[in-house]
Amino acid sequence: MERRHHISQQFDAELEDVRNRVLSMGGLVEQQIIQAITALSEGDAKLAELVIDNDIKVNTAEVAIDEECTHIIARRQPAASDLRLMIAVIKTITDLERIGDQAERIARMGLRLMEKERPKNNYGELRHLGELVAAMVHDALDAFARMDIDAAIEVAKQDLKVDQEYDGVMRQALTFMMEDPRSISRMLDVMWTARAIERIGDHAKNICEYIIYLVKGKDVRHIGLEKMEKAVKS
Amino acid sequence: MASDTGLTHGINLDALERKSTVLNIESETICLETNALDLFYGEKQALKGVNIKLPEKRVSAFIGPSGCGKSTLLRCFNRMNDLVDTCRIAGSITLNGEDIYAKSVDVAELRRRVGMVFQKPNPFPKSIYENVAYGLRLQGVKNRRVLDEAVERSLNGAALWDEVKDRLHDSALGLSGGQQQRLVIARAIAIEPKVLLLDEPASALDPISTLKIEELIHELKDNYTIIIVTHNMQQAARVSDYTAFMYMGELIEFGDTDTIFTNPSEKQTEDYITGRYG
Repeated sequence: MERRHHISQQFDAELEDVRNRVLSMGGLVEQQIIQAITALSEGDAKLAELVIDNDIKVNTAEVAIDEECTHIIARRQPAASDLRLMIAVIKTITDLERIGDQAERIARMGLRLMEKERPKNNYGELRHLGELVAAMVHDALDAFARMDIDAAIEVAKQDLKVDQEYDGVMRQALTFMMEDPRSISRMLDVMWTARAIERIGDHAKNICEYIIYLVKGKDVRHIGLEKMEKAVKS
Repeated sequence: MASDTGLTHGINLDALERKSTVLNIESETICLETNALDLFYGEKQALKGVNIKLPEKRVSAFIGPSGCGKSTLLRCFNRMNDLVDTCRIAGSITLNGEDIYAKSVDVAELRRRVGMVFQKPNPFPKSIYENVAYGLRLQGVKNRRVLDEAVERSLNGAALWDEVKDRLHDSALGLSGGQQQRLVIARAIAIEPKVLLLDEPASALDPISTLKIEELIHELKDNYTIIIVTHNMQQAARVSDYTAFMYMGELIEFGDTDTIFTNPSEKQTEDYITGRYG
């Protein structure tokens, strides 16, 4: 989408700054997911601690961007696509912050699992699921940066795959628990971790919905993928 | 309800529904309508093929850069452009279905039905009372009681009564700018027009007076069809139900104000309301 400049260059600079900050926050969150998953699968306690410590940076970023948006709304009274950008940003950073919380949760679960017996595959299924959602977050941010609604749709579709794999992990964990009740405590932690990872996929999908709102001005929440695609194409 | 749910606050499910207040021009009664309206000042074409339907008892705002033709269009509705020698129009304008440029139309009568308020308040150098009563006197009303009632009703309608009721016979020129503008609106509504045309009614006023005028517009739309030309986009967004964006004599987009200000269809509209290079 070709963008003309505002007559006020200062306004342009402010919007650009907000966009960049969202992308930086997104980059940080993406790193948090990857490190949390790595810590879990490699049994790296130090890395897990680092993720937990870094969550505060994510929280601070959310507050800072919210504040900046409030200032812009108060001083510039943005309209049309500028207004939609503000709304989309405010909502996106809420989801990013939640993703950050989930990454922290994964790191904490990783620490707990480190104290327990480890499976031979080093939680390969969780690692795989984690990589899937980390890629979703990455692609969602890319789509945001390029205001690319087709890419946003593709990311939203990925959430189906995440849900399927999540179901697989849950079924497997359940089987283990039935086979060997001594594994219940550990398997519960695995389930909680899988749950946290799966939630990240949902948040990434939300971000895609905000991108569609930002670009097309259409609210595509809660209507299903098919209708979402239709709304984008019309 | 609280006892039903056991919650401190009752749950009002209606309050949780999406508000379907999106206005739909199709379901409105149309008050003013132009058809392929062209207007020329001498050689220069100021309006190009304007087709617009303005709904009754709603506030419609015209926005656009200087010289886009929004004031010119406004002035067509009570034939103020007749006063410009070189002005010539083609196409048609109807008021409640009646062609206002037909030969049989009495222009003075038209202007009684279509009142107008200008940017600069222009009270007559008379008392407050006489300013409001002026139109009625012109119509031959002499009964003191009728006049008194009309003056009070109109000043009330223009949200000015409380401020001036004790000095109705003082000169109108002693009022503040904001009060003068409301007085002029009272003068316009005293003769009970159908339509009120407001040409930048608040642009010479301070912010408080501006808000009072905007509040007044909101109240007046229960009884009048209001068309406002404004340079202040936020004002258009605040007061209007429908917004028209004009550019270089053309009507680029007309739609409900919520849509125009959140998701306009035309790029030119988008660029203008977001303050991008035109």
